[in-house]
Amino acid sequence: MLYPACILFFIFLLTFSAYALDVPKLQGYVNDYANMISPSAKTALENELKQFEQTDSTQLVVLTIPSLEGEAIEEFGIKVGESWKIGQKGKDNGIIFLVAKQDKKIKIEVGRGLEGRLTDLAAGRIVDLAVKPRFKRDDFDGGFLAGAATLIDATRGEFKADGNHRPRKHEKSSRFFTFLIFGVFIMLFLGSISRIFGGISGAVGLPALIHATLLPLSLTTFIIFAVAGLGAGIFLPILFSSGGSYRGGGFRSGGGYYGGGFGGFSSGGSDFGGFGGGGGGGFGGGGASGDW
Amino acid sequence: MKKFMYLVFTLLLLTASGCGYNTMQANEEAVKAAWGDVEAAYQRRNDLIPNLVEVVKGYAKHEKETLTAVTEARAKVGSIQMSKALLDNPAAFAQFQQAQGAMSSALSRLMLVVEKYPDLKANQNFMDLQHQLEGTENRINVARVRFNKSIETFNTSIRIFPNNLTNSMLLHLKLKEPFKAEAGAEKAPQVKF
Repeated sequence: MLYPACILFFIFLLTFSAYALDVPKLQGYVNDYANMISPSAKTALENELKQFEQTDSTQLVVLTIPSLEGEAIEEFGIKVGESWKIGQKGKDNGIIFLVAKQDKKIKIEVGRGLEGRLTDLAAGRIVDLAVKPRFKRDDFDGGFLAGAATLIDATRGEFKADGNHRPRKHEKSSRFFTFLIFGVFIMLFLGSISRIFGGISGAVGLPALIHATLLPLSLTTFIIFAVAGLGAGIFLPILFSSGGSYRGGGFRSGGGYYGGGFGGFSSGGSDFGGFGGGGGGGFGGGGASGDW
Repeated sequence: MKKFMYLVFTLLLLTASGCGYNTMQANEEAVKAAWGDVEAAYQRRNDLIPNLVEVVKGYAKHEKETLTAVTEARAKVGSIQMSKALLDNPAAFAQFQQAQGAMSSALSRLMLVVEKYPDLKANQNFMDLQHQLEGTENRINVARVRFNKSIETFNTSIRIFPNNLTNSMLLHLKLKEPFKAEAGAEKAPQVKF
């Protein structure tokens, strides 16, 4: 009785999601899905935006789509922002310059970190004064170049590039230690039942953990870590059971660490290839739109 | 004895993550954070309104009624103390929603009236305000959607098993109310050029 209802609901969901306009794939700085930009202007734009990211770490990405298919450009813009995550994590310094060709609509989506410098008002004036007049004359190349240039001028100096280390690395290692502590306890438990169990769990657990959370291992390093894990799995439980004072506060603090560290686990960003991809910047609906 | 202690400890570890205590706490904090954004966005709109009324007044003297409606709605919104306490008080929350809804519809009426005054529409001050208002309405929408999403996560997390047991024994968190879409009133004013 419940089953067909579930299936019906699922079909409904599928058809419903088919209506909403999908966010296209992030290809690079210029994502010209509506074929509005000439190849030479595209290269010029890409070079400029790349340089800007290198000096300021602020990411500006251009997206053109053929049609909004009835969706409001504000809604679509925030959807793109949420899925592309343009801008660096923690700085939220991303800008999306979105144009819908058939709807003749422009939207500048501003990341949270830039809202102070590139206010709605500033973004609105850029749309009104730099982009709109050129688009009206069908000078799309000029509109995109002028829009990007003024956006860069408006936001230059707000952020600085700080090398290539991304916060994601840190997240990874904290995740590793969370699991390591958890794994050690499991190993101790198994080892207290039988030394062989402990040895096996160590030999399998340690390299698997490193492989999964820190960095992929080659076969030889895998074996080295397996041997280390085997040794730890056999000897650590002996050490602990001979000490006998494991009932103290040490365990409790271990539990606390476990709880605290785990929060980082849920926020793993997605990796992009190509130009480095969106760095995890957040958007809150700031920016401006207009039509031509 | 030692084996038994290991077993108890492992079980404790598993239950600390399994009972959902941390999850529920984290989800409630997420709701509060999302609410902060909602508040800020609405506050931003309220701050814009005096300027808007001032600019429109200069050009559209005959639209006193619409202008006073906006000012009154703003006063009403201002009289409601915005705080996190609103989240746990369904009646106050409904009142807040209603006042903000009235504000939205008064604003959209004002924006319709403005269409009759081409001079006003060409005024740089007014165009600037329109951009700011548009951005603000956008932020309100985004903040509301995210707030509702966080509420959904939170409500689910306190209702599913075994979190519901933990909640009834330790935390005593209540279900929270999401924003409801109001017929017409909650639509952002269509600012068309």
